[in-house]
Amino acid sequence: MIHPIKRRYLLVQIESSETIDERAFMDAVWDAVLQLFGEYGASQMNLILMRHSLEPNNAVLRCSHKALDMVKASLASITQANGKPISFRVLGVSGTLKGLHRQRPDVQS
Amino acid sequence: MRKFVDLHLRAPINDLKQVERMVNLSAELGYNMVGIPLPPNISQERIRQINEICSEVRVEFVTRVDLMPKTSGELLNNLGHLRRKFEIVSVACASKNVARQAAKDRRVDLLSPCLTFPCKRFFDYAEAELASKKMVSFEIDMALILSSTGFPRIRLLSSLRKEAAVARKFDIPITISSGASDENLLRSPHDYLALATLFDLSESYALQALSDNPLSIVERNRAKLSPYYVAPGVRIVEK
Repeated sequence: MIHPIKRRYLLVQIESSETIDERAFMDAVWDAVLQLFGEYGASQMNLILMRHSLEPNNAVLRCSHKALDMVKASLASITQANGKPISFRVLGVSGTLKGLHRQRPDVQS
Repeated sequence: MRKFVDLHLRAPINDLKQVERMVNLSAELGYNMVGIPLPPNISQERIRQINEICSEVRVEFVTRVDLMPKTSGELLNNLGHLRRKFEIVSVACASKNVARQAAKDRRVDLLSPCLTFPCKRFFDYAEAELASKKMVSFEIDMALILSSTGFPRIRLLSSLRKEAAVARKFDIPITISSGASDENLLRSPHDYLALATLFDLSESYALQALSDNPLSIVERNRAKLSPYYVAPGVRIVEK
């Protein structure tokens, strides 16, 4: 029997005084993932960016449900992107995009 | 509802605007109580001002002093003078003698590694055995993990993993604090739960370290500092 792949969607608030574009955001995330867990850990995460928005300044990431703690730890460990101070806050986690939207309808564009 | 406590918010107390920003962010992140380290000679007026800032955002303020004695004699002297002035007394262990003395003194609440020499860590089996007989807690500052990178972070996580295992073995409560000196290093309690997995702390244990353990220290010390307290188990009920 083939088990469906379980995923988790994370709504991430980007806290920075500067504008952080999609590329800089993902570069910061991958740097943190590689620093903390290496290439082997990164390969287990199946991490992709679903949506990034500048107004409001947030993003939605998707990862494997088994790697949720690793992704959250990586996001929490980020202190700068492109040499600018930054911090990320996970506002919500859900198994579906619809569920995530239901959790935090106020902060999603 | 669970109360989250950050006992080490290293806000610069001379800059009240910055204190306000950091306390506001702590409240926004979900903390109900913050401990701000104060200098031993702080005025009552400044404590009142910080207390006002905290009460505006409904965060309880806990007074804390960080001691960094060079010798065990200096530690005993400081404890004698400062214990009844502050709700939390933390000792940064810069030498083995100080660490051993701090672990066996019931007036010490928190044992923390020395921030100026993070490689000097003395929390081992002997220290844990001494601490387990008293009410001393082991404090972990998460800002150290956030602010280090590369090999220093690898070494830090390795030390924390060993120390957390020793603390668990001897039933010593662990307290997780932010140790943040600016807003950029502050994270929510749930982010700290995720970061605690980096040194093999289970979710339930990390939750206790962020909530129950620091709360019990504050409640115990507030009871002791009350004018009705006489001795453990003895308090004045009527004058």
